[in-house]
Amino acid sequence: MAQDVAVTGIGLVSSCGAGLDAHRTAFFADAPAPALDTQRHAPLVVHAVPDIDWSAQVPRREQRQMELWQKLGVYGAGLALENAGLKDNLDLCRTMDMIIAAGGGERDLSVDETIIRRVQSGEDLGQVINAVLTTDLRPTLFLAQLSNLLAGNISICHKVTGSSRTFMGEESAGVSALKIAVARIRAGQSTHALVGGSYNGEDADFLLSYQLKSMLATRWSPVWEREAANGLITGSAAAFLVLEARQHAEARGAPILALLGDVAEGRARRDADAPAALAATHARACGGLSPDLVISGASGFGPQTALTSAALAAGSDVPARAFSSLTGYLREPQFLFATALAALAVSDGRMPTAIGGEHPASAAPAAVLAETAGLFRGEGAVLVRRA
Amino acid sequence: MSRHLDHAGRPLVAVTGIGIVTSLGSGRAENWRRLIAGESGIHPITRFPTEGLSTRIGGTVDWLEPDGTGSQCVTRALAFTAANEAVAEARLEGGIGGPLFLAAPPVELEWPQRMALTGNGGIEPGRAYTSESLLKPVGSPRHDAIYDAIQFGTIGDDLADAFGVTGVPVTLSTACASGATAIQLGVEAIRRGESNRALVIGADGSMTAEALIRFALLSALTTHNDPPHKASKPFSKNRSGFVMAEGAAALVLETLESAEARGAVIHGLVLGCGDKADDFHRTRTSPDGGPAIAAIRNALADAGLDETGIDYVNAHGTSTPENDKMEHLALSTVFGPRIAEIPVSSNKSMIGHTLSAAGAVEAAFSLLSLQHGVLPPTINHDEPDPAIPLDVVPNVARKAAIRTVLSNSFGFGGQNTCLVLGRNPL
Repeated sequence: MAQDVAVTGIGLVSSCGAGLDAHRTAFFADAPAPALDTQRHAPLVVHAVPDIDWSAQVPRREQRQMELWQKLGVYGAGLALENAGLKDNLDLCRTMDMIIAAGGGERDLSVDETIIRRVQSGEDLGQVINAVLTTDLRPTLFLAQLSNLLAGNISICHKVTGSSRTFMGEESAGVSALKIAVARIRAGQSTHALVGGSYNGEDADFLLSYQLKSMLATRWSPVWEREAANGLITGSAAAFLVLEARQHAEARGAPILALLGDVAEGRARRDADAPAALAATHARACGGLSPDLVISGASGFGPQTALTSAALAAGSDVPARAFSSLTGYLREPQFLFATALAALAVSDGRMPTAIGGEHPASAAPAAVLAETAGLFRGEGAVLVRRA
Repeated sequence: MSRHLDHAGRPLVAVTGIGIVTSLGSGRAENWRRLIAGESGIHPITRFPTEGLSTRIGGTVDWLEPDGTGSQCVTRALAFTAANEAVAEARLEGGIGGPLFLAAPPVELEWPQRMALTGNGGIEPGRAYTSESLLKPVGSPRHDAIYDAIQFGTIGDDLADAFGVTGVPVTLSTACASGATAIQLGVEAIRRGESNRALVIGADGSMTAEALIRFALLSALTTHNDPPHKASKPFSKNRSGFVMAEGAAALVLETLESAEARGAVIHGLVLGCGDKADDFHRTRTSPDGGPAIAAIRNALADAGLDETGIDYVNAHGTSTPENDKMEHLALSTVFGPRIAEIPVSSNKSMIGHTLSAAGAVEAAFSLLSLQHGVLPPTINHDEPDPAIPLDVVPNVARKAAIRTVLSNSFGFGGQNTCLVLGRNPL
């Protein structure tokens, strides 16, 4: 028999702060304002990494083994477990499944710059790589580069060891992670699972990669008002959910924050028909129900934002909120952040404040569509309902 | 109970297409012929200069013609080569019509790409990561190609287009267990009734100087460079690390019912999958072997078998001092005294460690072992480790009519995934 899939824990970290209260303050405020860092990467703007006392979730001896994206993720995972009442519940953590959406690739910039300088002064690239990397590279940096080592660190720090799977592939990694975690619980292949991802929005290689296509913005404005291709502002974040079969949650007396429908996904060719395809993905996720709010993964990158806007216009006047106005673009966890925020909105019964030209609304949302179209490929959507 | 269902009433999953490429060659037939002949694919690395490196050998695949430079292109070429063979063999009209699970290494900007971006309107000399240089107007077609190459989803997307995959392809990493995890995800999707078929691929072309140096800095690689074919010696007393290698395998998974209905070739069955994470250390396994033991037991339980049900073990067998010791501990704990009677061999003695691809490549070889009734040897077994009293099928292949194989995969980050494969009909 198909199981209802419940959200029993949410862990959020972003430029808005760490934890649910920080995000309530940011998203339900009278006049939401982004926390930006315009200095560190000037003239680029990024959403600032919040001040975090890592030790609250990441044992000090483990912090040295991790780079920022992993610390964000381990911290966010800990918040979700705590919210679900499962932190330090070794029995349930040891049987908990885990699916992580991750990128990777932290580097030692000073080592890289040494190599570039020596090659530019005439030395042979191959010889320089061998000489410099062999002597200067910190051996454990490899463990901050491997995509599956966020999951590995979560196992070490939080003892989540039922199973451990890491999905890659930008935004689609987050879509697939949630889709498969939900499907496994629905089908009885899993009883409880941790799903999440994290992202360092200031990683130099990622910033460089966006700039290979001139995508980054130098000035903040609300997401829907960024129509140009160079409208992307990145942010650092973690988004984690504890999912459980409803019966599993009820049996242990855990409060159910929200219920999830099946994740609908798409792989629309990004042409004139893409908005209709994305709208169809939204409709599949809704399964005939009408949402009273959309939490959108529109990022501010022009083509993706325009696509999302056009697809949502087909759904007439349902209020939509682009959370990236406050958090920036989060890559792998983008869809998971949308889903987590949707779960918070239905569990609190509050409508996030409109930003920019968003349609104001105040009714308590009972059914929220969380959706994300990737910058260049892949779309996902899920209906998040009040329990 | 229908003979198309397993012990738990779930659809039995058959394998109706196999494609393999390793340092032994391209194709199922060539690989199998050389594998059971006990040949090694390990050789000196020529792709980049190895001067000054402690390890200068590997199992690279050098004859493919990747569309571009960089390990991403090698991985892509390997994945397509294996998938083309598997899908052609499965003779499917209109493509897979099911999901794709691709086990592949993480991607990043690599040195040739990084250097191509310095100067020429890209990064300023000596100022690689300053914001001013990031904001230099770039965006020529060459830079678009680099952008695409360093997206983690690109290869999966291309494969999905080429092979008629449904839904969004899943690209995954569980480090050296990735290939086995891809198979597990495919089996689970079929058991959920989402599709009658799935395409699963493990591919790894990540042999670059930087990747080799990273593994060397963790003391994971053997430095036994001469002669290269003797370097990988799993379960031997003088084993000293793994040999990094490239390869790919693709499997078409299909319900037994669907496969029989259309008269497909059936290489064998995937009877069970089990995984378990380790919280002990990032690169080392729990000293008691607990998570590996749990993964094996989970796979047996999933297959509806007990410890008497396994006829042969296709070992993870990396040839590192730690893995082989731990794997013996895990096997002897699960199987008890009977482990002395179960042949356990390591394909890595011949093809090296194909990393993200290993779980898929070794599952493919396990299926061929079931089909042909031949166990590939563990070569280079000249000095047995007295602490590991296993029947490792030393040096020479052996005929054996086996019904079931346990294929183990373990990886950094606490990854443990095991598969139970079965002959068809059992």
